Amino acid sequence: MMTTKKRKSSIWQLVSSSNIGRLFVILVPMLWLAAFFFIPFLVVFNISFTESAIAVPPYTSIFQWDATNTYATLKLNLGNYLFLFETSFYLDAYLSSIKIAGISTLITLLIGFPIAYFIARSSSTMRAVLLALVILPFWTSFLLRVYAWMGLLQKNGLINELLVSLGLVQHPVTMLQTDFAVYLGIVYTYLPFMILPLYTCLEKMDMSLVEAAQDLGAKPYQSFLHITLPLAKPGIIAGCLLVFIPAVGEFVIPALLGGSNTLMIGRVLWDEFFLNRDWPLASAVAIVMLLLLVGPIILMRKNNKEAL
Amino acid sequence: MAVVTESSVNSAASNKVWRQEESTPFVEIKQVTKKFDDFAAVKNVSLDVYKNELFCLLGGSGSGKSTLLRMLAGFESPTSGEIIIDGVDMSGIPPWERPINMMFQSYALFPHLSVEANVAFGLKRQRIANVEVKRRVADIIDMVQLGHLAKRKPHMLSGGQRQRVALARALVKRPKLLLLDEPLGALDKKLREETQFELMRLQEELGITFIVVTHDQEEAMTLSTRIGVMDNGVIVQTAEPHQVYEFPSNRYVAEFIGNVNMFEGHVFSDERDCVIIQSDDVLGQIQVNHGISCVPNQKVAVAVRPEKIRISRTMPDSDKNRAQGKISDIAYMGGQSIFKVMLDSEKEIRVTQPNVARFIEDRLTWEDQVYVSWDPDSCVVLTS
Repeated sequence: MMTTKKRKSSIWQLVSSSNIGRLFVILVPMLWLAAFFFIPFLVVFNISFTESAIAVPPYTSIFQWDATNTYATLKLNLGNYLFLFETSFYLDAYLSSIKIAGISTLITLLIGFPIAYFIARSSSTMRAVLLALVILPFWTSFLLRVYAWMGLLQKNGLINELLVSLGLVQHPVTMLQTDFAVYLGIVYTYLPFMILPLYTCLEKMDMSLVEAAQDLGAKPYQSFLHITLPLAKPGIIAGCLLVFIPAVGEFVIPALLGGSNTLMIGRVLWDEFFLNRDWPLASAVAIVMLLLLVGPIILMRKNNKEAL
Repeated sequence: MAVVTESSVNSAASNKVWRQEESTPFVEIKQVTKKFDDFAAVKNVSLDVYKNELFCLLGGSGSGKSTLLRMLAGFESPTSGEIIIDGVDMSGIPPWERPINMMFQSYALFPHLSVEANVAFGLKRQRIANVEVKRRVADIIDMVQLGHLAKRKPHMLSGGQRQRVALARALVKRPKLLLLDEPLGALDKKLREETQFELMRLQEELGITFIVVTHDQEEAMTLSTRIGVMDNGVIVQTAEPHQVYEFPSNRYVAEFIGNVNMFEGHVFSDERDCVIIQSDDVLGQIQVNHGISCVPNQKVAVAVRPEKIRISRTMPDSDKNRAQGKISDIAYMGGQSIFKVMLDSEKEIRVTQPNVARFIEDRLTWEDQVYVSWDPDSCVVLTS
């Protein structure tokens, strides 16, 4: 009797106290994530184990019912995954995506760090203006900006005409539909995602730490290496993740700026889905990509926790 | 509530290099001015600090003391004038090449490094063997009694412990000159006192020249061999602690350091070894037993410290240096009591009396009519 009474009161407390408010606050985003992330993930996960079929929807069910409609057999088709690992084309596409995203992330970091550092160290009025400039490109559609780059980079585009008129080159340079254009596009598009977390991190940094390092005999490059850089680590990690993860799966930039030999998994995914209409294989491609990205995220989170 | 501990005066008395004509200063600040845009934070300051001194720059916020310290460390460069340390002109020498270490007001401990690594940071920038670095770091950490916390990160330490890490980090390179920016600001009273004495001990042991910036006059009094009082970008007085207290050079110094009663008046007669000042504040005359350079009728102020004033119900013998009034407030502080006396001239003064006896039958109390009086030797005439 005692225990039930106790239970009752604790349930009552749970409902009556601020817990219900807290629960609600957590519940809304949780439901959102469940509805628009987790359930779609399960659907895709499910499709990746089916076989392609000429039907609506264009795949078979993983459940096979017997004639009496009482027994269901679970039939998982691992063929899609096996095909991915057996075919060098997909492996190459993954590796090439990771390479392009990785190099782009590095370039973004190298360009973004000095910009973020400069903004963090400028006067407060200047800072507001510079930050606004960093965010300004978001006011225009991403697609439009990529199309603008097409206009700039093409054979008779603005850049080539400038180079020719200055006499720097004799004939227009092929820039569009090359890997160069893809790198340019990714770095340009994702630069703000690198700058903003770096800025927040550097802005919080106490400048007297750098002075203290210099006072203890550290030359400027040494104080940067031993003080500024380690303290900016959380910002660097956040910025790199924010650039690397979407860059791996990037579709629009390689499709519009890249050439036919620019191999990125986002494009493969698109082709598989819309050209070949092979939903199961496309789903498998997506799941493997997700697993590839979850790996480094978990690793970095662990690394972050250890650092604290 | 200024406390001049005898120990600080004594330790200074042993080697008063600044009183010897022939001694050469270790730090020479020559006509240094620092301007930020149009605002001059430091105005034409000249100052000599000698080896093994513990010199305090004392002043309120905005007095320019921190700017002067930052120029010594090399974080700011003087707009004009020069700074010479140990015979070397410091202009154009960056902070990392100066034989100086600084303890920052915020301590500026590197949050990502352990106590050990913080202390070792300076040594690692020099070409010193790893074994030697380890030994010196361990020695200095033991000296500040943090051996058991060597592996901790700064955020796991208390305020007092952080302060000791900062001190160890600044001392480990054995700088010729150690700068301390408000070293005791963040500590509670008990810890402050302990650290003050620890700093003085270290200074004597290691023979490093210290320059301390502080706004706390008590801290300056206890710690220093000499005090430079700064106001509005200018050093208004440089003297030993008891001189600054007993013989302030002007009103600002007298009022900034300790409590003081100021009697306004004018010179009545200027004799060979004393001055008579007519003051409406005491409704009478004040005799001061030291000569001043003045003209007849010149407006002056007489400063008398609260503890140098006697308070009694009976009329004093002398007809000078006295006033009549009524006790308006009493604060019992244990060791002493503070009386506020409203003089007949409507001027309120402050008198402190040591509580010598435990029982007094006829204790002074509120609204009592009293006489206050002081010796001609106890007051200082201030002309500016």
